[in-house]
Amino acid sequence: MDIRTTGGPATAEEMAAVDELLGEPEPAHHHLAYGGRAARGQRHLLLPVLHAIQDRAGWVSRGALEYACRRLSIPPAEAYGVVSFYARFALEPRGEVTVRTCDDIVCMLAGARVDHGSPCLGLCDRAPATLSERAGIAPGWVVTPARVPVHAVGPKLLRRVGVVDPESLDSYRDHGGVAAVLRAREMGGEAVIRQVTESRLLGRGGAAFPTGRKWESVARAPARPHYLVCNADESEPGTFKDRVLMEHDPFALVEGMAIAAFATGCEKGYIYIRDEYPLARRRVEQAIAQSRSAGLLDIEIEVRRGAGAYICGEETALFNSIEGKRGEPRNKPPFPVDIGLFGMPTLVNNVETLFNVLDIVNGEFGDTRIFCVSGHVERPGVYEVPLGTPLRSVLDMAGAGNIQAVLLGGAAGSFLTPAQLDVPLSFEGTRAIEATMGSGAVIVFDETADMKKVLLRIARFFRDESCGQCVPCRVGTKRQEEILERMFQARNSDSHGDVMLLGDIAQAMRDASICGLGQTAANAIASGLTQLKVLNG
Amino acid sequence: MADVALTIDGREVLAREGTTILDACRGLEIDTPTLCQLDNLTPINVCRVCVVELEGSRVLVPACSRKVEAGMKIRTDSQRVRHSRRLVLELLGSSVDMSLCSPQVHGWMRRYGAVPSRFGPEAATVAQPVKVDNELYVRDYSRCILCYKCVEACGVDAQNTFAIGVAGRGFDAHISTEFDVALPDSACVYCGNCIGVCPTGALMFKSEHDMRATGTWDPSRQSVTETVCPYCGVGCMLELHVQDNSIVKVTSPLDHSVTSGHLCVKGRFGFEFVQRRRS
Repeated sequence: MDIRTTGGPATAEEMAAVDELLGEPEPAHHHLAYGGRAARGQRHLLLPVLHAIQDRAGWVSRGALEYACRRLSIPPAEAYGVVSFYARFALEPRGEVTVRTCDDIVCMLAGARVDHGSPCLGLCDRAPATLSERAGIAPGWVVTPARVPVHAVGPKLLRRVGVVDPESLDSYRDHGGVAAVLRAREMGGEAVIRQVTESRLLGRGGAAFPTGRKWESVARAPARPHYLVCNADESEPGTFKDRVLMEHDPFALVEGMAIAAFATGCEKGYIYIRDEYPLARRRVEQAIAQSRSAGLLDIEIEVRRGAGAYICGEETALFNSIEGKRGEPRNKPPFPVDIGLFGMPTLVNNVETLFNVLDIVNGEFGDTRIFCVSGHVERPGVYEVPLGTPLRSVLDMAGAGNIQAVLLGGAAGSFLTPAQLDVPLSFEGTRAIEATMGSGAVIVFDETADMKKVLLRIARFFRDESCGQCVPCRVGTKRQEEILERMFQARNSDSHGDVMLLGDIAQAMRDASICGLGQTAANAIASGLTQLKVLNG
Repeated sequence: MADVALTIDGREVLAREGTTILDACRGLEIDTPTLCQLDNLTPINVCRVCVVELEGSRVLVPACSRKVEAGMKIRTDSQRVRHSRRLVLELLGSSVDMSLCSPQVHGWMRRYGAVPSRFGPEAATVAQPVKVDNELYVRDYSRCILCYKCVEACGVDAQNTFAIGVAGRGFDAHISTEFDVALPDSACVYCGNCIGVCPTGALMFKSEHDMRATGTWDPSRQSVTETVCPYCGVGCMLELHVQDNSIVKVTSPLDHSVTSGHLCVKGRFGFEFVQRRRS
């Protein structure tokens, strides 16, 4: 492979940002090829390098990208494909400070009206929200509205939120932390896995796969090394529970990962945190460092930043992203427990799932679930309730009235009418009314909400976030948005044909898309059209 | 490798372990539509037109890449399969100019009743000007269905040049050089293997493109002469497509043991010396 770069040199500032991360380049030597296996082996550092460039210079210039290509031995066309995939990398110069205004469902309800708004920033409890970034030697991030006490109600997973000092291991110990990892080490890995399996814990990321089965498969996988990946790319609109957990109780996440790695024999761990969560990232990094030096964490855990791509919450797209590639999902099978990150057996767990592991090991498992309640409620926040609790009690806790509809499970979920609010929040209960708890998002709409706009925003979200790999999703999400716009603009026209057309597209997306994004991209819209009074005539 | 037993459309079939459902379907002479699949490339299962119904699977599975397993029960012509195949062809047909696709593709469109126009006249397309930036081949991305074949052929499946990749995402995803630079500024070595695998005519010899533009392109007047490339000792087999006593295109058969359909710039484009005529 010949790396041909024709874009001119990078600036000294850009090169310094790259070299700070990768180390100084080897001096050029005419007997040695530049690059080679050592450089190619670092390909997975492409996203961290791109972040370093953008944090310093505010954008990714052609010269800077090509310098990164030479350092990492990546063909420029491929690197361009990567940088242009992720929404948060800028390929045009921009000012030192960039402000992103969220205009996703909840912030839109709260009045956000912008031309090129950002998809959900995971700050729905403070909507409308913005995130501003300052580039330079000391890059910084500011969120508005400024920090307010988080509204978190919960007996188990949330018990330390707002109570413990999230930057102090000692404080974490004082509040019952660290006991689980010590206990797990005494019990041994097999016993831990047995406990997790017996607890019947189902994954909290949205797919609800039995956690114990995953752990067993990875522990048994013969290939080495095993990788542990914590999926903290929480990007489902209306979901912010993992942010609250990471910002307020980061040591617990690290402890959960330590136990998972110990039980399943993982040699290296990654936490993939969405880029919109700078505070969570900093706190988790601190917690890893403190836990490591206190001897509570046996393996190296690397924090990786997402770069603005909802699809990277899909586990195989997340692997590709960590490997420095476009976040395109892989076909399954093979499953991650056999062939995952870097082609090795990989355990992927969501943040909330790992929190549950602590209680399981301590013998205090409560099978509770965290719901993120936002929209038209008096007290938006995170509410932890036992599985099976009626949705109505959660809504009452948050103070909801005059409800027109509830979107359960985020953009990939479905709309519920006021008549359905007694549904028990359990996997069976929601399935019975063809809904899903998904990632635990509960968005409330009162009578004032314009549901047409909400449906259009959801359609735009999926069109924006489709990776573009497979035809049903790439073109289907585009057509879905077009048809919905056409239907809502027309006055008193017969929309029956368009409803049928949307149904046809929905079925193909559900049946033939590669991954869960395409398979669920029509859910909310289909349920909205049948459940809500949005159609003329 | 052992054989595994599976059922396709109610017919028991033995298939070699490690082969795909598509291989098994072909063994039974079940015509399965494919767009992004080619025997000399790694399957990437992105077009989804080959999907089949697998008993016990929540979603349809791509025949081109899913390996056979013992006991699989597969249906290749159920309502769900026909629906998805139809929609894939319609979605593509509504956004891409597929007029130069093979007659086989148009046959599938008819078989599945695909009517791309039903999304309405306002449906967005990928229409754009043809890229003509060198003397050897043109890129008409209005015809690109994003099957990734050219990227694979340019990359690890054949050429290892990596001059093009997929850029952008969603409906805006497209094949591109870095920063969309012209081919002469890219790493392209003009092997033309991307043209060899393109199923839609998006990538085309400039000779063919120019003749089409002037209305002189006429496959019915073309003959194909098989020969061996004269340049080096590898022995690549060439198929010279000749119209009016001029070479207009060069290909190599996909199943040829030396080339697997792939050539280099000399075999693909180095034919001008043959037709230098004294004036």
